[in-house]
Amino acid sequence: MNLLNKFMNMDRRWIYLITAICVIIPFLIPIGLPTYTTPPVKNLYDKIDSTPEGQIVLLSLDFDAATLPELYPMAVTILNHCFVKDIKVILMSLYMQGIGIAQVCLEDVKREFPDKKEGIDYTFLPFVPGASIVILGIGEDIHKTFPTDYYGTLIDSLPMMRDVRNFDQISVAISLSGSAISRTWITYANQRYGANVAAGVTAVMAAENYPYLQTKQLTGMLGGLKGAAEYENLVEKNLKLETRKAACIGMDAQSAVHIMMIVFIILANIAYFAGRRRKK
Amino acid sequence: MSHDPWIWVAAFLTLCIFSFLYKDNPFYRFAEHLLIGATLGYALPLIWKNVVTPKIIVPLQHHEYWLLIPLCLGFLYIARLIPKYAWLSRWPMAFALGTGSGIAIPLSLQAGIFKQIQGTMLTKAMLSPSVTPTAHIIGNIVMFVGVITTLIYFYFSIKHVGTVGKVARVGVWYIMLAFGATFGYTVMARVSLLIGRFQFILHDWLGVIK
Repeated sequence: MNLLNKFMNMDRRWIYLITAICVIIPFLIPIGLPTYTTPPVKNLYDKIDSTPEGQIVLLSLDFDAATLPELYPMAVTILNHCFVKDIKVILMSLYMQGIGIAQVCLEDVKREFPDKKEGIDYTFLPFVPGASIVILGIGEDIHKTFPTDYYGTLIDSLPMMRDVRNFDQISVAISLSGSAISRTWITYANQRYGANVAAGVTAVMAAENYPYLQTKQLTGMLGGLKGAAEYENLVEKNLKLETRKAACIGMDAQSAVHIMMIVFIILANIAYFAGRRRKK
Repeated sequence: MSHDPWIWVAAFLTLCIFSFLYKDNPFYRFAEHLLIGATLGYALPLIWKNVVTPKIIVPLQHHEYWLLIPLCLGFLYIARLIPKYAWLSRWPMAFALGTGSGIAIPLSLQAGIFKQIQGTMLTKAMLSPSVTPTAHIIGNIVMFVGVITTLIYFYFSIKHVGTVGKVARVGVWYIMLAFGATFGYTVMARVSLLIGRFQFILHDWLGVIK
């Protein structure tokens, strides 16, 4: 009983230490636990994969550094997928800090695809405030909402943007976010203009977005690090693209911490009920 | 080990933030204040470059003087700082709320309420074994029962006793399951953030993992 008491009153810093060990060890000694593909991830993969060469996918990195570990691998792997399939990409962000992240992401991916050219294979749009107004603006005329690209070049002068006016010319708009901004895309882009909208969201937001999959308001969804890992596996398996799979590398650690938490929850419950019985 | 000095700065700041897990200390507070300062420092020139210059200064230089109307309306927000004229800040707020609500309410109702109600409705095809796989039929029924019982739980004009109480109890179980799923996802998200930082330390900084 003394042991149970000690367990119930354990200093929380021991739990932090055990969590850190559970994360570090799988990194140093990878187990390679399998991850299976879920339908929402497969649906988004299929949607992009079936987009004809030369068509356009809009990728909006609507997040800041706080959600980088979950959403950045999604951005990299989706961009890889589009570039491998020669799909043109409009890269943007409705978040002020997201623009900087989008630039880093583009530079990272371009190392694998040095022949991809701004204005021909992709267009990087600058930050414009007012998320819902920006989405409505894209729905009306993207050239009026973004007169220039991120680098200050007139949008009208970019070859890939000449025939793009609104969502009608965009195969799917994907929002990667750790907030309710994916719902803003659903409300304005999907509901108002009938655009195909997909989302990559943090695990916290995933549960809230499932109802939109059922009603097909979302074409597909990547939920958290696991969603990113599933997509990375699909890209590697089907397109034979071998890049660093940041999300997959983290999945062993993810599973290890989950097992640790399950064990702690069970032990804490045993200790709690044993303590209660002892009091009676 | 990385030779990039910025990676070293980022690693130092990461360790400063982690030090809070032991106890509050000056290193943690330094990193926290630096983050807030850097965020603001990043935002101000970005807004100036991407908003103020192209949307206000350049058009005014091209004699688009009608922009002075929204500009003046925007400046009225600052009136809040002067107690005597604070009431003037209500005008831009009223404008923003009015236009915002006008755009958002109908679309939000359609996307968040009507479409979801439509998605909950059971049709003949959704329950027909010849059209829909058995697992999906069960899923559709479970979802339908869940929505109805949860809504009954949130209907407070009838006492939750007898049959209504039993149905509401089922709704409570559905809510508990939703909480469980949300908690599981939240744990996953927080662990992912930790994994991201450890990946940075072990891969980008120390270079001990691939």
